[in-house]
Amino acid sequence: MVKFDRFVLKNGLRVLVHEDVTTPMATVNVLYDVGARDEDPGQTGFAHLFEHLMFGGSINIPQYDTPLQLVGGENNAFTTNDLTNYYLTLPAANLETAFWLESDRMLSLAFNEKSLEVQRNVVCEEFKQRYLNQPYGDAWLKLRPMAYQEHPYRWATIGKELSHIENATIEDVKRFFAKHYSPQNAILVVAGNVKSAEIERMANKWFGSIPGGEKYHRHLPVEPLQTVERRQTVAADVPTNNLIIAFHMGGRLDPSYYAADLLSDILSKGQSSRLYRRLLKDRELFSEINAHVIGSIDPGLFVVEGKPLPGVELERAEEAIWEELWQLQKHDVLDYELEKVKNKIESMMEFAEMSILDKAMNLAYYELLGDVNQINTETERYLDITLEDIKRESQQLFRKENSSTLIYTPTKHA
Amino acid sequence: MLNRTSPPAFHPIEGFPIISPQEITFSNGIKAFVFDSGEQDLVRVQWVFENLAFDLEEPLRNSALAGMLLEGTNAHNSAKIAEMVDFYGAFLQPEYSFDHTSLSLFSLNKHVEKLIPLVFEILTDAIFPEKELATYIRNNKQSLLISLEKNDYVARRSFNHALFGDSRYGYSHEIADLDHIERNALNEAFEACFSPGNCTLFIAGKVAPSLIDILSTSFGKQWEKTNRKLPGENLPAIRNEADLIFIEKPQALQSAIRLGHRSIQRSHPDFPGFQVLNTALGGYFGSRLMANIREDKGYTYGIGSGIASMQYAGFFTISTEVGTAVCAATLQEIKKEIDRLKVERIGAEELTLVKNYILGSMMGSLETIFSHADKFKQAYFSGLDLDYYGYYTDVVKSITAEDLLALANRYLDYDSMIKIVVGKM
Repeated sequence: MVKFDRFVLKNGLRVLVHEDVTTPMATVNVLYDVGARDEDPGQTGFAHLFEHLMFGGSINIPQYDTPLQLVGGENNAFTTNDLTNYYLTLPAANLETAFWLESDRMLSLAFNEKSLEVQRNVVCEEFKQRYLNQPYGDAWLKLRPMAYQEHPYRWATIGKELSHIENATIEDVKRFFAKHYSPQNAILVVAGNVKSAEIERMANKWFGSIPGGEKYHRHLPVEPLQTVERRQTVAADVPTNNLIIAFHMGGRLDPSYYAADLLSDILSKGQSSRLYRRLLKDRELFSEINAHVIGSIDPGLFVVEGKPLPGVELERAEEAIWEELWQLQKHDVLDYELEKVKNKIESMMEFAEMSILDKAMNLAYYELLGDVNQINTETERYLDITLEDIKRESQQLFRKENSSTLIYTPTKHA
Repeated sequence: MLNRTSPPAFHPIEGFPIISPQEITFSNGIKAFVFDSGEQDLVRVQWVFENLAFDLEEPLRNSALAGMLLEGTNAHNSAKIAEMVDFYGAFLQPEYSFDHTSLSLFSLNKHVEKLIPLVFEILTDAIFPEKELATYIRNNKQSLLISLEKNDYVARRSFNHALFGDSRYGYSHEIADLDHIERNALNEAFEACFSPGNCTLFIAGKVAPSLIDILSTSFGKQWEKTNRKLPGENLPAIRNEADLIFIEKPQALQSAIRLGHRSIQRSHPDFPGFQVLNTALGGYFGSRLMANIREDKGYTYGIGSGIASMQYAGFFTISTEVGTAVCAATLQEIKKEIDRLKVERIGAEELTLVKNYILGSMMGSLETIFSHADKFKQAYFSGLDLDYYGYYTDVVKSITAEDLLALANRYLDYDSMIKIVVGKM
């Protein structure tokens, strides 16, 4: 159970506070309701590049990191297809420094040309390090445009290509800031050794005078229903075959999300899970295999990924995965098996409440989803799932015409 | 009018209380350290064993021991063990590191006591079945092939080997070594390594007295006492010649760079001071290496330095991945930053910043009861106790620019560092 207080400033900024006196620290999490899905198709990777620029100095503070480190704090940020999240942790006694820093960069950035130039380079190096210079690193750059043809989930947060990042200008940066980085489009969470009343005072003091800005309403194209199976085989300089199958599934707010998530656990959570036990251990077909859901806000993907062992034909490996998926459609899973994955969920939820940072991020995320109270009802939603829900969801998901299959085969390494 | 240009008042970061464990000695001599605190109804129990000495005849024996630990006992096969752990929503994780092999159980309190008998069975009766070993070997071959395609992995293992040769810290295993793992050797190593005389327990969370009772009955009484002392590790002599090892990857978009040399261990009085120096050079986001090579030049997504302290040795290292065109320039900048620390005093403002950053991050790293236990373990296995952190804090607070200049001259020497480049130069 995560207790919290919630209030909204006059400019529209939503504020959540979680008091936890067992730590001397405090966490400040600022979530902006903008992600890669909000980008122009000709300028992908911009939300993430912008995240880097948020550290390049704001209107009254030339450097973000230095004053924070000076009071014993540290910070980071991440961008997803749905949102951009900034977080910092510092000794609670120095909390006001966080309010000073975060409110100033919500007020306005310094829009510094040198910072843009450097961060374009840094992001290009990140693109190479994480996506291009790793075996299978470009899998999602290929899989997204297969699975999505209209919806902006068809590109990854890093962007479609290096040139989109290289061509970003300071004018683009200013426009993006004005459109998305305002109190109306942000959620502030403070957690740790803090007092709610004091946070309300500080929030009004530092954020209250920032103009609310315009609420951004997104009108994203809806992904048309997939009707035909999609396949792509890539011959690449990789050591072994790799097989990835992605199925369309409901978004994070769709009631079907919970059954899909439990299905991924039945298939792949822990060493007793079906894919690991049957395909890796018993049938000796794969060296690695797993299933997981992309819990995106708009309709997401259910992904099964495996590396067949040398000597195992790709067709045979793929067929074996489908046999497991069809099993789920034909036969109920065991009561015991469903109880097992629910026990794991219950356990993971409890462990996630150990850290103030995890709690702060989760509060921000559920507020973004529409109802922060959901943070405390989530376990129940999983526990309510029945054997029938699991079977029905597997029938909905695991259809050839709902699938995109990406296969890597090595060009060398016979 | 709100003053947005000057920072709010700074409040000094005072000490941070590390929770002292309750120490219990079981009747067969096992020491258990109990960290009882926390809001959540959960617990982590860790059984930690010192590794057997490295044996070039069986180079992967010790890591395979950990990797195969849950693969069967006389009473339960691998599948049954996995079912029991998963059914109770628990996590049971063997882990192999340079000096220790541990088994960690994470569980809700309401289930943990049902799992202790299973862990007892595993730690006293693991049998390493032939079929499971074949699976382990097969899958590890495949993952090694993939790892060898990653430049940073290749750089790390080449670096370790250059520094430590064929030892537990330096051995670079090949595919053929995996084929060489034998069940008999694992069984023998299991007998030698997994014994009460070589076991320490760390229990952290909301710890129920009944859990301690069960542990002391099973692991403390039913586990027969052994007095065998494990032989220590013989490391190759320190090499003094500087080396640049270049491993060419013609298709590389980035080169992985790793450089460093052997260094002092945690038990050395200079260690905390050297950590302050390391932080300034490459130990945090605002470090000199990051400020220069990422934030000023944009050569890399990240660069960092670190000091590793193991049981028999320590080393200092810098690592990064950079665009191939700026590989040589990056090495030059690294040299420049190291040399600067040896001739110029760190300015007052930077020194204050580094000190406060370290004190804050130390405080932040003690967020959960698990991290308190980890801090204790780190000191304990370096032959120190919790007083070490008091000493550490005093050094961080009192160290001067002159001290750091002297430490840089004593412990950093670019010319004698082993330098590894994997990619293009």
